[in-house]
Amino acid sequence: MMISQIFILSSKGDHLIYKDFRGESSSDVVTTFYQKITALTGDQPPVVMSHKDLHFIHVRHGGLYWVATTTGDSSPFTIIDFLNRLSSLVRDFCGGLSEKSVQMNFALIYELLDEVLDYGYIQTTSSDVLKNFIQTEAVSSKPFSLFDLSNIGLFGAETQQSKVAPSSAATRPIQTSREQGGKQEIFVDVVERLTVVIGSNGVVMKADVEGEVRVKCYMPSCSEIRIGLNEELSIGKSQLRGYGSSVRVDECSFHQSVKLDEFDNHRILRLCPSQGEQTVMQYRLSDELPSAPPFRLFPTVERDGGGRLLMYLKLRCDLPPKSCAINVCTSVSVPKGSLSLSQELSSPDQSSELNQQSRAITWRIPRFSGGTQLSALFKVEVPGLGPSSMMEVGPVCLTFELPKFTSTGLQVRFLRLTPLQPGPSQRWVRYTTHSDSYTIRI
Amino acid sequence: MPYLCGEETVKELRRCLSNPHVQADPLRYRNTILRVIRAMSQGVDVSGLFSEMVKACATVDIVQKKLVYLFLCSYAALNPELSLLVINTLRKDCQDTNPMVRSLALRNMTNLRLPSLVEYVEQPLTAGLKDRAASVRRVAVLGWAKLHNLQPTSEIGVVSLPVFPWYSLIVSVHIYSSSTNASFMVHPDATVVNELYNLLRDPDPVVMVNCLRALEEILKEEGGVAINKPITHHLLNRLKECDIWGQCEVLRILQRYQPQSEDELFDILSLLDSSLVSPHPPVMAATLSLFLSLCSGLPAVSLAALERVCGPLLAACGSGSREMRFTALCHIQLLLRSVPGLMGAHYKRFFCGYAEPAYIKQRKMQVLVELVNDENVIMLLDELKGYCTDVNTDTAQAAISAIGRIGRSYSDKCFVILTGLLGLKQDHITSAVVQTMRDLVWVCPQCSDTVCSALEGCEETLQDVQGRQALLWLLGVYGERISSAPYTLEVFIDGVRSEASLGVKMELLTAAMRLFLCRPAEMQDMLGRLLHYFIEEETDMCVQDQALLYYRLLRCGTEETRKVLQGRRSDPSLGVLIGRPAEPVSQWACSFNTLEPLTVSAVETEPSSRGSPEHTKPKTDLSETLNYSQNENLYSGAEKKEETDDSVWVKESIQCSTIPHCSPQSLQAAMQLVNIQTLAFTPPNTLPWRVYLYTHTQHMSSAEMSYNNSLILGELLYTGGSGGEPSTAEGEDGHVTKELEGTAEMGGWGNGKKEQVKVTLKQQPRDDESLRGFLSILTTVLHTLSSERG
Repeated sequence: MMISQIFILSSKGDHLIYKDFRGESSSDVVTTFYQKITALTGDQPPVVMSHKDLHFIHVRHGGLYWVATTTGDSSPFTIIDFLNRLSSLVRDFCGGLSEKSVQMNFALIYELLDEVLDYGYIQTTSSDVLKNFIQTEAVSSKPFSLFDLSNIGLFGAETQQSKVAPSSAATRPIQTSREQGGKQEIFVDVVERLTVVIGSNGVVMKADVEGEVRVKCYMPSCSEIRIGLNEELSIGKSQLRGYGSSVRVDECSFHQSVKLDEFDNHRILRLCPSQGEQTVMQYRLSDELPSAPPFRLFPTVERDGGGRLLMYLKLRCDLPPKSCAINVCTSVSVPKGSLSLSQELSSPDQSSELNQQSRAITWRIPRFSGGTQLSALFKVEVPGLGPSSMMEVGPVCLTFELPKFTSTGLQVRFLRLTPLQPGPSQRWVRYTTHSDSYTIRI
Repeated sequence: MPYLCGEETVKELRRCLSNPHVQADPLRYRNTILRVIRAMSQGVDVSGLFSEMVKACATVDIVQKKLVYLFLCSYAALNPELSLLVINTLRKDCQDTNPMVRSLALRNMTNLRLPSLVEYVEQPLTAGLKDRAASVRRVAVLGWAKLHNLQPTSEIGVVSLPVFPWYSLIVSVHIYSSSTNASFMVHPDATVVNELYNLLRDPDPVVMVNCLRALEEILKEEGGVAINKPITHHLLNRLKECDIWGQCEVLRILQRYQPQSEDELFDILSLLDSSLVSPHPPVMAATLSLFLSLCSGLPAVSLAALERVCGPLLAACGSGSREMRFTALCHIQLLLRSVPGLMGAHYKRFFCGYAEPAYIKQRKMQVLVELVNDENVIMLLDELKGYCTDVNTDTAQAAISAIGRIGRSYSDKCFVILTGLLGLKQDHITSAVVQTMRDLVWVCPQCSDTVCSALEGCEETLQDVQGRQALLWLLGVYGERISSAPYTLEVFIDGVRSEASLGVKMELLTAAMRLFLCRPAEMQDMLGRLLHYFIEEETDMCVQDQALLYYRLLRCGTEETRKVLQGRRSDPSLGVLIGRPAEPVSQWACSFNTLEPLTVSAVETEPSSRGSPEHTKPKTDLSETLNYSQNENLYSGAEKKEETDDSVWVKESIQCSTIPHCSPQSLQAAMQLVNIQTLAFTPPNTLPWRVYLYTHTQHMSSAEMSYNNSLILGELLYTGGSGGEPSTAEGEDGHVTKELEGTAEMGGWGNGKKEQVKVTLKQQPRDDESLRGFLSILTTVLHTLSSERG
């Protein structure tokens, strides 16, 4: 159950961090690891690889390889969970996760590793404990500014600047608060990931939501927070549902520091947040979304006489009119050997391109308001297009982001801090839904 | 990654470090040291700066101290003498008032990994165990483990009479730990070990867990830390104080505990129930592991635990981290081996996400195949069909073979999809479909008509060796029903000169022979040309020999040829294996929560078909499909008679009374089911009764990731209790020299045991693991056969 070495590699194979905890093998293993992953054809090397009696276990975060080596029989759950935790610690302490931030903060990361692991055994990963030991200050890779104007437009919040935090607000090191003085902030994010499969007949075959309530705390003196969720939230399939407005999840689990004594009656989570980010609640909803899935597609696909594939796609956004989807990217698989693409899109801010490597057309829509409909006509030149090639058309996959929207309807009613903070404190609640995998068959 | 101008950098850094102005300015000094560390992690050899860095370590700046220590620990082994200079600073730091400085010094002192420093380290470590600050005690406890591993043979600690601690729980342990050594000899680490056992009661949970870890390492030779009842209960009571990492460690160590009564066992289980459904996958996995090891004698409880753990495992499958998803999937596959229908209701959770990496998609498909049932088969096939045109060819082929496996139970639906896919005319898809069809028809002969009609025109798109071999096999076996078969073969025969693959040539020869038997008029000329080419011009011995054999066979007349060549076309008996029998949990419990499930790909994932179905090589893990638990101890009793350098002889007797009365057909069929080929039989009910058999084994050796092939020859002998004749095992193969020896002493062996069949095996080259696997498979087959009759 011990880790022999930890190293972080950039995607190009640069050694960013290397620490040997047990002196069992030399640093050549870094090169060995990189040779192994580059020798593979795909860009997705297996999670566990072995070289002689050394096992490499890696995860990827921020475009980097986070690798642990171990000689004995270790629990993969523990090591992978640990590597994930390590990367989120680095994110918390350095204020971001990228090759640049790791490079600039390498001293801090070594310090972290020294405290987190001793002789390859995990000592602690709690940021509250660690912040007492970490002496190096984080170097932010970008200057932090609350009024990062470039982002505000995305949230559609031009008129209420004071009420909306920029999306970069939460990407800063947890320890700067000490020096900068007074930026007392707490963020509660409700983040949902949506997995949907819609059959060719328009029937929803699968709809899953995996959600999380994350707290990101920049308040050294905060002793307890109370998060009130929708009072009508019901858990489990068996419970009777009220009329219309009920919010339901199938199952949920909580961080072990969450006190649940008020949860049963009032749906209130009480916890003492540690500095940095933590997931306080995870929940899941399968098969029965409270509202229609956010996008519907009405495709018409046919061959014209000259061996061209004609695709007329009508995409409807079924979100409520006030909401909108951003960064919508629709990708349509096309037959092998597709050569060129000509398109007719309904507005100039949209774009589309044909990627022959991945055999797909991507259609990008920067912003898509609820209740509207967009259409696109694609003509694809496919030599040797036969009737069976139509099997290769589709599925259509969408990736998107729905700001200020949760597909389960889960909301934070209130967020209270006790004791009341002396200085000015800011509390932010943010909602967002991402697409995990949104597939529509043709 | 070699850093350009590495030497220049080192020179420049040295100049900087020794510059008194830099040393006077703390900020500049620290920045210079930062640059050294940066160069170090980029892979520049900065060991030359060791003496400058040693000087830099005497500072009050903790950040600088940490950086210098990091450097020193990396290069101490290269400069043992210079490292001695650091030890004074470190020892001074151990007296510091700041616990952070104390723990830092103590940790780095032990991290230097220099045996010469041990004498200086012991005293601060001993003091560290009693330090007021928990952070120092944590470091000190692990420090002893580091020290022990540095000099495992020498004595650590002052040898003294053991001081019996007053903690009642430790007394018994202490006696245990010293009594395992030679009498009168005090364990060298006795004082330390004692102290560490005492510290299990430390108020800090991390110190407690570190004690367990340190004791595990120090007492490795004695089987690790002693886990008795008081310690177990102590650890269980404090489990909730630990963080998840500590919990995992404690749970893992508790696996060694044997509860003394069933009541105690159930107390422990109910205490751990909340951990079993923990939202943290590491805790959940460690708890299940512990459950399975505690309940190894209570299968029903184990199964209940598996059902309980479904929820958290499924949640881990939907985790945001794809590596965690993958790990959970691999472990779900383990669970499904014992409870096949476990996640049936949740099959949709295993649908592949669009952007998921190929390795997750392939695992998910393997799980989906296991979960298929009458209700979900249509949805499932629809989903799998979508994956068949995946951009990633491996994913596409895996999807096709997954459909093939479902086809064993739902052949009609699958054939519609498979024939549809042929229309795409893409080489990797066509190849996978043809291979899948060949494997399917071997199991479900009723599908042969569909296959025959689908095959027309495939040869144009087939490029790879496996695909063409599969097509040739199908043409040979079902040639009389495929009107264009001779013409397809003609294309192959005309192009035989440019054919590079040995496998394709062999398959082509056999296919041509078989087709000649049913369509002589069309084939005669072609076959003649082919035989002529192979006998006269082919350079490969195997092909030439085979061609000669067929040529001589043909001279004996077509009837004789038919007898030899018209083997079986299918193996319907394989059908029974489709619904896999539930394995006992104990088969995989030991590999749960280890790396094994992540590295081993399950049996059916292998593109199952490397050759014709009759020739598929059994892998050692074929036994997965058979339940042979009761035979596991057989091999240990087996007598290894003779070992030459790379071949091995093994003798064994198997209790199966009615085998000699089996009909040869059923015996042969049963053997071929597990890919054992029979060479010769004596008729049933004759004495002595003999069977000669052989098989190829393929065993993947984990270290080199290469396949070891070996050949096993075997003889079954039943003498009816009359004292057997000396017998021999005989085989003929390209790689095997005849090394036949009488096994005279065998006669005395089965005396008085009438019902035994004697098995003599010879393997070359030697591969114990596959031999063991083979023996257990063989035993299972014989037992199954005799139980069917009896």
